[in-house]
Amino acid sequence: MKIYLKIWRQKDNLSKGSFKDYTVEDVNKDMSFLEMLDTLNLKLVKQGERPVEFDHDCREGICGQCGVMINGIAHGPLKNTTTCQLHMRSFKDGDTIYVEPFKAEAFPIVRDLKVDRSSLDRIITSGGFVSVDTGQAPEANSIPITYEEAEAAFDAAACIGCGACVASCKNSSAALFTGAKITHLELLPQGQKETHKRVAEMVEQMEKEGFGHCSNTEACQVECPENISVLNIARMNFEYNKSKLLVKK
Amino acid sequence: MHTPFLDTKIPEGPLEKKWSNYKKHAKLVNPNNRKKLEIIVVGTGLSGASAAASLAEMGYQVKSFCFQDTPRRAHSVAAQGGVNAAKNYKNDGDSVYRMFYDTLKGGDFRSREANTYRLAECSASLIDQAIAQGVPFAREYGGYLRNRSFGGVQVSRTFYARGQTGQQLLLGAYQGLMRQVKAEKVKLYARHEMLDLVLIDNKAKGIIARNLDTGEIERHGAHAVVLATGGFGKIYYLSTLAMGCNASAIWRAHKKGAFMANPSWTQIHPTSLPQSGPYQSKLTLMSESLRNDGRIWVPKDQNEKRKPNDIPEEDRDYYLERKYPSFGNLAPRDIASRAAKEQIDAGKGVGALKNAVYLDFSRALKEYGKNIIKERYGNLFDMYRKITGINAYDEPMKISPAAHFSMGGLWVDYELMTSINGLFAIGEANFSDHGANRLGANSLLQACVDGYFILPYTLSNYLATEIKVQKTDIQHKEFDIAEANCRKQLEGFLTTKGSKTAEEFHKELGRELYDKCGLSRSKKGLEKAIENIQKLRKEFKSNLIVPGDAAEVNSELEKAGRVADYLEVAELMCIDALQRDESCGAHFRQEYQTEDGEAKRDDENFSYSAAWEWTTNPSKPNLNKEPLIFEFVKPTVRSYK
Amino acid sequence: MIIYFKNALTRKNLMALTGLFLSFFLIIHLLGNLQLLLPEEQAQLQYNAYSHFLSGNIVIKLVSYVLYACILLHTLDAIYLGIKSKRANGQKLSRDRRSRASSWQSRNMMFLGIIIFLFLVIHFKDFWYQYKFGNVPFDENGNKDLYTLVVNAFDNIWYILLYSISFIALGFHLIHGVASAHRSLGLYHPFYARLVKIFGYFFSIAITLGYLIIPIIIYIKH
Repeated sequence: MKIYLKIWRQKDNLSKGSFKDYTVEDVNKDMSFLEMLDTLNLKLVKQGERPVEFDHDCREGICGQCGVMINGIAHGPLKNTTTCQLHMRSFKDGDTIYVEPFKAEAFPIVRDLKVDRSSLDRIITSGGFVSVDTGQAPEANSIPITYEEAEAAFDAAACIGCGACVASCKNSSAALFTGAKITHLELLPQGQKETHKRVAEMVEQMEKEGFGHCSNTEACQVECPENISVLNIARMNFEYNKSKLLVKK
Repeated sequence: MHTPFLDTKIPEGPLEKKWSNYKKHAKLVNPNNRKKLEIIVVGTGLSGASAAASLAEMGYQVKSFCFQDTPRRAHSVAAQGGVNAAKNYKNDGDSVYRMFYDTLKGGDFRSREANTYRLAECSASLIDQAIAQGVPFAREYGGYLRNRSFGGVQVSRTFYARGQTGQQLLLGAYQGLMRQVKAEKVKLYARHEMLDLVLIDNKAKGIIARNLDTGEIERHGAHAVVLATGGFGKIYYLSTLAMGCNASAIWRAHKKGAFMANPSWTQIHPTSLPQSGPYQSKLTLMSESLRNDGRIWVPKDQNEKRKPNDIPEEDRDYYLERKYPSFGNLAPRDIASRAAKEQIDAGKGVGALKNAVYLDFSRALKEYGKNIIKERYGNLFDMYRKITGINAYDEPMKISPAAHFSMGGLWVDYELMTSINGLFAIGEANFSDHGANRLGANSLLQACVDGYFILPYTLSNYLATEIKVQKTDIQHKEFDIAEANCRKQLEGFLTTKGSKTAEEFHKELGRELYDKCGLSRSKKGLEKAIENIQKLRKEFKSNLIVPGDAAEVNSELEKAGRVADYLEVAELMCIDALQRDESCGAHFRQEYQTEDGEAKRDDENFSYSAAWEWTTNPSKPNLNKEPLIFEFVKPTVRSYK
Repeated sequence: MIIYFKNALTRKNLMALTGLFLSFFLIIHLLGNLQLLLPEEQAQLQYNAYSHFLSGNIVIKLVSYVLYACILLHTLDAIYLGIKSKRANGQKLSRDRRSRASSWQSRNMMFLGIIIFLFLVIHFKDFWYQYKFGNVPFDENGNKDLYTLVVNAFDNIWYILLYSISFIALGFHLIHGVASAHRSLGLYHPFYARLVKIFGYFFSIAITLGYLIIPIIIYIKH
């Protein structure tokens, strides 16, 4: 296969970026998308040019580090799939592929396709945890959690923090990411104790980071590699309203 | 330099009393003093994050480093199967002792009794801790925790969260870490790579790190340094590890005097997806649980051209069932991997590159129906289809062995301190409790136990003697020297201006190692490998190409540093494998096998851990032996026939 | 405190509450308007009496102020969130196919809202302003003859076209709006969320058709 690429190159967050054209020959349909970029980079480095910088690590869809806009879609044409799990068999010989970084004000570009997603970290830092010190834990079976509760909590906890929800959202909202963590911890008795504090702090941090609002288009769920439900967002809204309106301070 | 005595610091007393005896007598640091003490933790995987969080909770000032863009990406995230704990919730006869014995036996009696016992002893608290953090482990309908059984044991002691146990445990630890970031007890340095360890007066006092986003070289001082940088299986290039996993932190510590123990012991996992072409960058692991219902076979004829479904039963060789009738397809990892390699080497491999074996579900599908199989392995079949484009319900999967876990690593004593004072190594980065082969679901356990429950005690014991020591001065001349060396090395990479990329060197090294220091090793092969590695290292010095410069984001420069270290580690691995004239666990020397091709251990001469000491010449390391003394258990022959 | 009022969740709550109130008003307004379809004689008198009653009642007056406030807040909030969204988006994507993952109306609420807003301006000018401040003749009962005003307006095919476009826009706005409002307020139960979504669909269609047939029937009748 021969693939034509239009790749976003940008030196740093202050510089202006633009598309550059590349051609990769001998693309194998079993290559992953990132391996195709590897092939391009090998060629570039050998020519003494700067390779395309992109984020990646585990390459098995769980670490959440990879993620680019491929033809205008977060993680590319396959739904619920990370960039590293996308293979070239999803493209045709002679295709032109546009590759851009995730673009959002809260995700400043580091270089080329690499973006800084520490804003998501700061949302977790603001309250996405259970306040338990090592050593305080009671016996594990002392608090039964039903099968259904554990499964529902897992569904929300499966988030890999890749930021595709933000990138797919027309408002660049981090509501799915934040809502998933709030729901995960709210569903478990261990986490429920501090839900009110947590939800207020996380929502306000989300605001400070400059993410947009959620207008329930549900695009995030479609592109989310873990297919995390948009109902987590509704749950966040519910808990937030409850914490602000019903709980005595 | 004199050879220091390898003091393991194993406490006195009976096996089951050792850890409590230690805790009884360990020195403590007054809470008011803790905030004056700084600790550097490199790595934010399960061991690093749990250690950093636990130490910060105690009141120490912690600096936490990771090369990823956030701590949550560390490769612990990818562990699928589960975590073992001797809770005996199943009432099936499990106990701390049994878990200890299973682990010791699984490791082919090549680990320290006291450490392994402590691992089993602390396992129960880990589950409590994880539950308290909100880890959604699998539950029974009544609400109690569910268990499953795993390879190499006869009880059900594995706790799991679907196929993403590592992710969930890591998120628990990560959230604990971020909680301490909020409390300002942990300062987080993401996108930072450790370049060197700084010793002052023979004590670990800081690190040199490079900010990967700006290229800035930074100095960080502390009262103690903890390395939690994981395994280095990526040295084989094709492995189940993440692209960024590396040996650099521990190797640079090694070059400053920390011993490397048993570096050649690498677990090769039998059920990974095979390489599909020369462009391939990584091999994806498929959970071992597939072997419960899948049957492994190769065609009898190496010139077989038919499609797998068209090959009749009589032309198939179910070699595991044939060779190991009692364990069959469930033979332990090292044995299953070796058997696969044997078939592939004999030219019977399948697939375009003839590098895989079939894992066939047709009988299970017939027996239980598609729905049951889907329920059991649906997500794995989906993953297989995503990666290969093949529907495994219709034709057999193709699998092959891949490098997975490093049993070897920095040598540590009972306190998890390396041979450098004040330098600790935890998790997969140390040579750990797994001996020559790790049992499934024990790696998450070890990482967590080291970080949550052991290091907080042993590090306090060390720091108790450091209370009066002032904050480390990062203007000290040792920092100057270390920083200058790092700069020189980076400059060297950039100015070589050859024609081969770091990645190409890495691939070549990986092939060499997999071939000669992988599943099976021989004296001749290892000697040849050492020669080739030396050649490759020489070529690396003169023919490397790294574009760009050091003061910016430069992933090629990062790779070059890692590969430079790999080229030295690789030689040590071969030297280590070469000196061990026996076969044990994952280490299989062709010269030392029984008549029917099984590993032949030599307890008389090799019941020791090989702790290698750096001598400035990578080809001439010093060997220190830590004898393995079995006070409580008698080593037996491991048999799975 | 400031962040509480500024933040997206609070704004969306307000958006949802005002939106739901306006949706409720649509039902009442439609029921009143359906009187226009009665036999001509009866329709004229009854409709005019009804209008007179509404304009004289103090409770209705108060409610109407709430209504104006809702329209205003809903609009202002939309503008605020629109700007916020634009800011959060940062650099524009050069190739954007994010749209494949969501419905058209959910992405174009602002556009639909503008159409509805423009319609409201015309609507207020032609009927509300006329009725209150214009020179409207009286019917035989002495009520202002709004009926004739309406019927005359609907004599114009262009006016009906404008109405149709606006109500179709309203329909799409409601399809997304009703369900989205409930989500924004925190309805997270999968079953009820689905129920509301389905209800929203039928509600939107009913409202749109209801409002659409009135001018069309009047046009055909005359």
